[in-house]
Amino acid sequence: MAGGGEEEAKLLGTWASPFVLRAQLALSFKGVSFENVNEDLCNKSDLLLRSNPVHKAVPVLIHNGRPVCESLVILQYVDETFGGPPLLPADPYERAIARFWAAFIMDKLVAPWQKVFTTKTEEEKAEWMEQTLAAVDVLEGGLKECSKGGSFFGGDNVGYVDVVLGGAVPWIYGTEALCGTRLFDTSRVPLLAAWLERFGALDVAKAVMADVPTRLVELAKMKRAEAAAGAAASLPFDC
Amino acid sequence: RPHNLTINLYLTSSTATRAKMSAPAAVRVIGAFDSPFSHRAEVALRLKGVPYELILEELHNKSELLLTSNPVHKKVPVLLHGDRAVCESLIIVEYVDETFDGPRLLPSDPYDRAMARFWARFIDDKCSKPFWLAMWTDGEAQKGFMKEIKENFALLEAQLEGKRFFGGDTIGLVDIAACGFAHWLTVCEEVSGVTLVTAKEFPRLCRWAKEYASDEKVRACLPDRAQMLAHFTANKEMFMAMAKSMLPK
Repeated sequence: MAGGGEEEAKLLGTWASPFVLRAQLALSFKGVSFENVNEDLCNKSDLLLRSNPVHKAVPVLIHNGRPVCESLVILQYVDETFGGPPLLPADPYERAIARFWAAFIMDKLVAPWQKVFTTKTEEEKAEWMEQTLAAVDVLEGGLKECSKGGSFFGGDNVGYVDVVLGGAVPWIYGTEALCGTRLFDTSRVPLLAAWLERFGALDVAKAVMADVPTRLVELAKMKRAEAAAGAAASLPFDC
Repeated sequence: RPHNLTINLYLTSSTATRAKMSAPAAVRVIGAFDSPFSHRAEVALRLKGVPYELILEELHNKSELLLTSNPVHKKVPVLLHGDRAVCESLIIVEYVDETFDGPRLLPSDPYDRAMARFWARFIDDKCSKPFWLAMWTDGEAQKGFMKEIKENFALLEAQLEGKRFFGGDTIGLVDIAACGFAHWLTVCEEVSGVTLVTAKEFPRLCRWAKEYASDEKVRACLPDRAQMLAHFTANKEMFMAMAKSMLPK
């Protein structure tokens, strides 16, 4: 494996993006030192536009001067390039299961969840929230399958799926503040509720997430007040 | 089990294929006749020289086997390997690459692998939907989707510069992900009357499509074109209604 520790690793991102956060978590769990470069998505840097011409989005990992885009692609690249504890298991079947749940989180959980914040009518928001909650219920089963009695999707240790979901942790608190819905409610999804606590208590997670949960909750409260006054809803990390 | 359409296939290979597992276990693919996602699973196995049994589903009448093997999505393809069930076509391709010996489907270098995964996801996330909608909608909406898919095809065209396949000299993950544009695209164009890809506009993509679809191992698991044409023609109204329901409100 390449001695990636000495070469420069830069992560282009924004503070509120769950996709950026999962890349930061992956790098941190692997013990990689990297530089965070903050992007203003309303005024994208030349570096960002050059590095991700296809999507013009964050996160982008620049390693050895070469860009890697798309959070799940970045996670697997980080896992395969740097030393440190493996995020994906060694066994091909277990890797397939981990990739399955990562894809599920992206396609079935995050997709409707984002829509809760971007659609206009209360009716549509409620529909998307229902879909989000339905996905959470399925994910509970996924955690049971993957954890095999351990605390994490990765079993006893943090793994790929934990990092994928980990990026959304501040948003779980933000959603409760903005919409009043507790997505990982212990009475409905006890395993996920426990996961949320355990993951959030990890030193690496605490260091990486820092004050993001608090800032998101503050932002959510502000957005809620704006919405009450008639302003349109928007995601904080869009322009 | 679906009647009449179950096909049992046992490939014999002149060179012994040593599976990476300690004991060979039966390989089956639960698929559907003209699903490009189903083709992805099959072509990965054929490129590795892995014998398998194909179980064809009728998607309006899903089998117990499919429902229990993929309870979350209830979709094809599913790869059954011994008592394991692997779901999601691109995940199946990576599983096949990591489990069986044979030519690599993903590059060995982590950066090149990241590029392959990026473009495979680009195809599924950014090309599938506008392609479908460009084919089966009309009016202003259709013009918009045409523009979108052509812009995205231009990016794929650029990726083929100086290369026989997206994977380089041999078929890889991105070629497999793009299979719909090699074999399904012209059928859709014929049935819908919409011309999306011309050799003038996309010379490399057109050349790639022929290279991919004429590969011996690929051809063996592509649905018969005449049958597909008849099937798509019969379903044209349904596709158009489906596309309409997918439009943003």
